[in-house]
Amino acid sequence: MYKILKKQELTTNIYLMDVEAPRVAERCLPGQFVIVRMDKDAERIPLTICDYDRKAGTITIVFQTVGAGTTMMAQLSEGDSFHDFVGPLGCPSELVKEDLESLKKKNILFVAGGVGTAPVYPQVKWLHENGVAADVIMGSKTKDLLILEKEMEAVAGNLYVTTDDGSYGRSGMVTQVIKDLVGEGKKYDVCIAIGPMIMMKFVCLLTKELEIPTIVSLNPIMVDGTGMCGACRVTVGGKVKFACVDGPEFDGHQVNFDEAMRRQTIYKTAEGRAMLALQEGDTHHGGCGKCN
Amino acid sequence: MDVMTKIPVREQDAKVRATNFEEVCLGYNMEEAQCEASRCINCKNAQCVKGCPVAIDIPAFIHEVKEGNIEKAYQIISESSALPAVCGRVCPQESQCEGKCIRGIKGDPISIGKLERFVADWARENGIKPQGATEKKGKKVAVIGSGPAGLTCAGDLAKAGYDVTIFEALHEAGGVLVYGIPEFRLPKEAVVAKEIENVKSLGVKIETNVVIGKSVTIDELMEKEGFSAVFIGSGAGLPKFMGIPGENSNGVFSANEYLTRSNLMKAFNPTSPTPIMRGHKVAVVGGGNVAMDAARTALRLGAEVHIVYRRSEEELPARVEEVHHAKEEGIIFDLLTNPTEIIADEKGWVTGMKCIKMELGEPDESGRRRPVEVPGSEFVMELDTVIMSLGTSPNPLISSTTEGLETNKWKCIIANEENGKTTKEGVYAGGDAVTGAATVILAMGAGKAAAKGIDEYLSK
Repeated sequence: MYKILKKQELTTNIYLMDVEAPRVAERCLPGQFVIVRMDKDAERIPLTICDYDRKAGTITIVFQTVGAGTTMMAQLSEGDSFHDFVGPLGCPSELVKEDLESLKKKNILFVAGGVGTAPVYPQVKWLHENGVAADVIMGSKTKDLLILEKEMEAVAGNLYVTTDDGSYGRSGMVTQVIKDLVGEGKKYDVCIAIGPMIMMKFVCLLTKELEIPTIVSLNPIMVDGTGMCGACRVTVGGKVKFACVDGPEFDGHQVNFDEAMRRQTIYKTAEGRAMLALQEGDTHHGGCGKCN
Repeated sequence: MDVMTKIPVREQDAKVRATNFEEVCLGYNMEEAQCEASRCINCKNAQCVKGCPVAIDIPAFIHEVKEGNIEKAYQIISESSALPAVCGRVCPQESQCEGKCIRGIKGDPISIGKLERFVADWARENGIKPQGATEKKGKKVAVIGSGPAGLTCAGDLAKAGYDVTIFEALHEAGGVLVYGIPEFRLPKEAVVAKEIENVKSLGVKIETNVVIGKSVTIDELMEKEGFSAVFIGSGAGLPKFMGIPGENSNGVFSANEYLTRSNLMKAFNPTSPTPIMRGHKVAVVGGGNVAMDAARTALRLGAEVHIVYRRSEEELPARVEEVHHAKEEGIIFDLLTNPTEIIADEKGWVTGMKCIKMELGEPDESGRRRPVEVPGSEFVMELDTVIMSLGTSPNPLISSTTEGLETNKWKCIIANEENGKTTKEGVYAGGDAVTGAATVILAMGAGKAAAKGIDEYLSK
């Protein structure tokens, strides 16, 4: 069993947990992910690794309650355990394989959107620990949804925070901040953008124009996470790739985002029904005719 | 009774079973089993044993059934097979033991598979366990994958006194028995879980949620965790797609995904949190056993189901029994038909599949007549779900992370057929990871051979 050693509500509906998973903590690298199941009948939920402590044998996960599965997961407390916790899955970020000296010469920009801040954090931290300072743009809809700002500040070279509604930091989308920074004369050799699919799409459209190579981390629907089911297939540069084993990071300028976004909606109706059943509890009467 | 004719086995009515996930075949009772067993002429030079990849002493166990000594019959089978309740259900007996049965020359062969199943089920219901090792060898062996190859290898090594740990990537042990083969052919709780319990009762440990090559490597298992030898039985898990336009549309699935959702994640049960597409009209592309399983699953989930296969019925790679069951249940076979494009609406959801008619030409390298397109025969099938069941290939995760482990051009691990030896010292392999997608029993045979190979290696 995989015990929850720490649980923290970072902000409304976004939770952080430290989970005991020695095998994963021993080997994981920034960019990889895990799949968790909260109990013996639960679905498999893929989550990116936010941090890890090799000595303590723990993995930090951050998740937002978006459906029935994550909502129930949020009800777990410190001392409870996950039934299953497998990883590290996927390929580590390209950055960690690069030569450190050449990395140090690069100007690196991270763009983190919403809960996408969680998978950006270990990469920036890894760079920081290896003497590389990277610029980070963190964006969220509004001030209350911002997470890990202090943690990020401690490891980023420069941190630029923006909110869509202007309630905190700069005002506007992350793409506006990229434009502003480049306008101020900043030059970037590489950009790593992680966040909602729609954000990554627009960041990529912009960075293509600005000629900044851009890496994105995709989070499509998955079942096993080991290359077995093909649910996570995405088209990258005209070729079909499995995000779970070939990714999750890809060249953002090659990704077919429209297809990827469309494929994320395959089970929307079923997920909506499950959420409704959970919210309504005993009062749920299955008016749709499909529920029990 | 007529000794030339086998005792028929009871089955759930086709119309009823098409709407549920209960087991299709109900099996023999004691009287039927003894009756069928009495047809065996107990050949001295038994051909059936030669047809069995794990060489069960078939005449001996059938003799015990005839005498009513079912526990004895079970001990005879379990000397050779770790999973008799599984094999009795899913082995292609018609091309193995039963295919060689002397009785089969003039009449029906003995229903060896159904008898094996009867014995295993009886043993389970009566709490009979296989016998474990009396002496410990004091050496650790790691088995990668808990499918038929891994379970067999682990079982045999445990019986020989080794300390065996199985590493499984998924959250549940059983491999293809759990994620691939549906409930209505192989009940999970009642049969598979119990067979795995039996293997565990021999002292085998199973660690789930360990992806070898990701969570830990083979080299680390041997150098840091003290395993003296490793058996790789990781299967052939990667699904193939056709590479035709529209294949990434919403509503196109690999058979692996569809079956894993239904079997492993229990999506056939409406209370399961894992969703599955319940289509109205489904095409399953392919003609193997997996295609039949996917088709019959989709049918039970309420769809009209078509098997779309580019050759004719004669070339269907699926077992005759599976094709027969599928037809009985109402699966429609569109043979000599090949998809060329998936058509989707403006939101990307499947609305149809463009196909072309085929005819059989000259034999190809597989010996089967090559299907060739009939010019101008294109047509569109209207449907909302397509399940691609074109076969699978081994996952490169292990071979690419293990120094010195060689593979062939199909990414299959190179291993000696007789003892499972790979190109890396102390590492053995067998099953689909070596052969590419094949059958449960062939994988078991390879697991068995490798267990022997490992025992010889560690006894040196």
